Amino acid sequence: MKAHGSIRRRLFFQLAGVAAVLSVAFFVVLRGVAERAAEGTQDDILSASATAIADSLRSEDQGVTLELPYAALSMLGTINEDRVFYRVVAAQTTLTGYADLPQSTTTPNLGEPIFATFDYRGEKVRAVSVSRAIGPVSDATNVVVTVAQTRLGLEAISRRITATATGVGVGFFLLATALSLWAARSALKPIERMTDSVTRRGPSDLRPVESNTPAELVPLVAALNSFMARLRASLSQTEDFIAEAAHRVRTPLATVRTQAEITHRKLNKPEHKRAIREMIRAIDESSRSAGQMLDHAMVTFRADSLTVDALDLNAIMADICDRLGPTADLKDIVIQRDFWNSPVTFKGDGILIQAALQNILDNAIKYSPEDSTIIARVDVSGAITMSVTDQGRGFGGVDTNRLTTRYARGANVDEIVGSGLGLTIADEVARAHGGHIEITPNPEGVGACVSIVLPIG
Amino acid sequence: MRFLLIEDNLKLAGAIEERLRLDGHAVDHAPTLETAASCMAVASYDLILLDIMLPDGDGRTFLQSHRRAEKRTPVIVITARSAVSDRVSLLDLGADDYITKPFDFSELEARCRAVLRRQGGAADNRKKFGNTYLDSAAGELQFDDSRVNLRNRELRLLEVFFAAPGQVFSKNHLMDRLFSLSDEVSENAIEVYVGRLRKRLEGSDVRIDTVRGLGYRMVPL
Repeated sequence: MKAHGSIRRRLFFQLAGVAAVLSVAFFVVLRGVAERAAEGTQDDILSASATAIADSLRSEDQGVTLELPYAALSMLGTINEDRVFYRVVAAQTTLTGYADLPQSTTTPNLGEPIFATFDYRGEKVRAVSVSRAIGPVSDATNVVVTVAQTRLGLEAISRRITATATGVGVGFFLLATALSLWAARSALKPIERMTDSVTRRGPSDLRPVESNTPAELVPLVAALNSFMARLRASLSQTEDFIAEAAHRVRTPLATVRTQAEITHRKLNKPEHKRAIREMIRAIDESSRSAGQMLDHAMVTFRADSLTVDALDLNAIMADICDRLGPTADLKDIVIQRDFWNSPVTFKGDGILIQAALQNILDNAIKYSPEDSTIIARVDVSGAITMSVTDQGRGFGGVDTNRLTTRYARGANVDEIVGSGLGLTIADEVARAHGGHIEITPNPEGVGACVSIVLPIG
Repeated sequence: MRFLLIEDNLKLAGAIEERLRLDGHAVDHAPTLETAASCMAVASYDLILLDIMLPDGDGRTFLQSHRRAEKRTPVIVITARSAVSDRVSLLDLGADDYITKPFDFSELEARCRAVLRRQGGAADNRKKFGNTYLDSAAGELQFDDSRVNLRNRELRLLEVFFAAPGQVFSKNHLMDRLFSLSDEVSENAIEVYVGRLRKRLEGSDVRIDTVRGLGYRMVPL
């Protein structure tokens, strides 16, 4: 089935996206607050300095005198490397300081400093202007004191703040991403657990799923369980139907066959006997085909969802030899067992492997002449090979690849009853287990050797 | 051999009874599990042939209770189902073997023989003629101090002769007994097997006579 997106990926990207937005916001807020705090500090010192200068202004005779308090400028020295500029203007005349230091165009109100940021002498400076009215009230001189300072220190602080904020933001983002990954995984754990408990089941295990289900998955599991219940009901109906149908068809067929055998005994004329034999062969053929078709359906069904059990292939081969021993005995055929000297363990579906081997051995017995030997071999050199070698007629030079297709049979089957499904069954079983079948001429003379080759381990 | 046949289909049961009698076996027929239980209470059988679908219960429950009661009589299930999975479940329940309907009587006989051999043989597995014993379970001839192993068809052919010493059996009859009806066999196949038997019997005081135009019979030397 093609997957349409991944919940985990979506969950992860969404959480990580939220984390990224939060990190950026965090960065912006942190830097803003810190820079404003640093600027505020500079502004406070600048304004204290300007106020101190303004406070030392004196009115004298017709003018204004200023004894520049050095403390006012030295307090600005706390911020390193920065240059300080000042200018005191009384009635449009620069009393002292840098005459080209721009002053604010509007005269600041008394006690209310005006701040400004501008370029001065190639550097960005922060300036504050305060004003005082000096002299008698009737004829006061308006004096404006401006103190400016470069922003090097502030920029250094700002860089440090930016670096710290970036570090914190990136750290937060990485941590949040890791947490999102974990959260996405842990949120999907119950689904994985459920998937596991469903996929581990054998093909015939249709019991309801009973793993610990989180509330969100309860409806899904309930739907799955009700679906399985319906499937179980339908399967058991099908099985009952097949059993009933087989019973209804095969029982009268058995009566007919038995009566035919009795009649055959009582008849004397060869042509009559031959007719009865024809009848019996037809019955056997229909019964065999029906059996193999059911086997084939069973193999197709089970191969889709393979049961995996630990098997001993020696034991399975021995079991099949036991089962078909009497059939071989009837034709005086000896089944020679050439098994591996220790148990051959393999993980697979025992029922399927039995079906495959039974079909191969049954074929070998059918096509073998009387008084012959069939070798059943289990070998583990290189790969696991279970082979059945007979001294029969072989496959008459038919392309061995074609023999595994449905209903294909050798070129020399003559009158032997068969449906051509036996090798198809064996081939499908082998392929379901990651192996294949090999059909070769018997290396030690006439006949054929059919092998199921399975990978080791 | 004495069979108990548990089968509810009367036509099939009748045919099986008649067919088994043709080969000289005794058959009691029980159409239900209840009748089967009463049969087993009063008689002992060499083998039980059991159908799975019965009117008064499932043959599988019979199998289980039969095994629980530790009865030794082997059970061969006659089933309409052929899948390997069904076979595994039947054998797990304690069936000794199974055969799928419709079945070949030679194969049924072969399976009975195999089951009995595994169990150590039926009550009358040794038959005597002159100085010679035929041991069906071991599949060998015993005379004087020698033991001769027999192949399956040789054994079955000798069983026919030992069952009625002196009686003449036609080639046709012997062929019917020896070959499955789905086998393609030629008329002289019997001559081949009689020839082999004569070789096996060399040294004993039993021989197989050709009665010209009629068939063969077993007579003392």
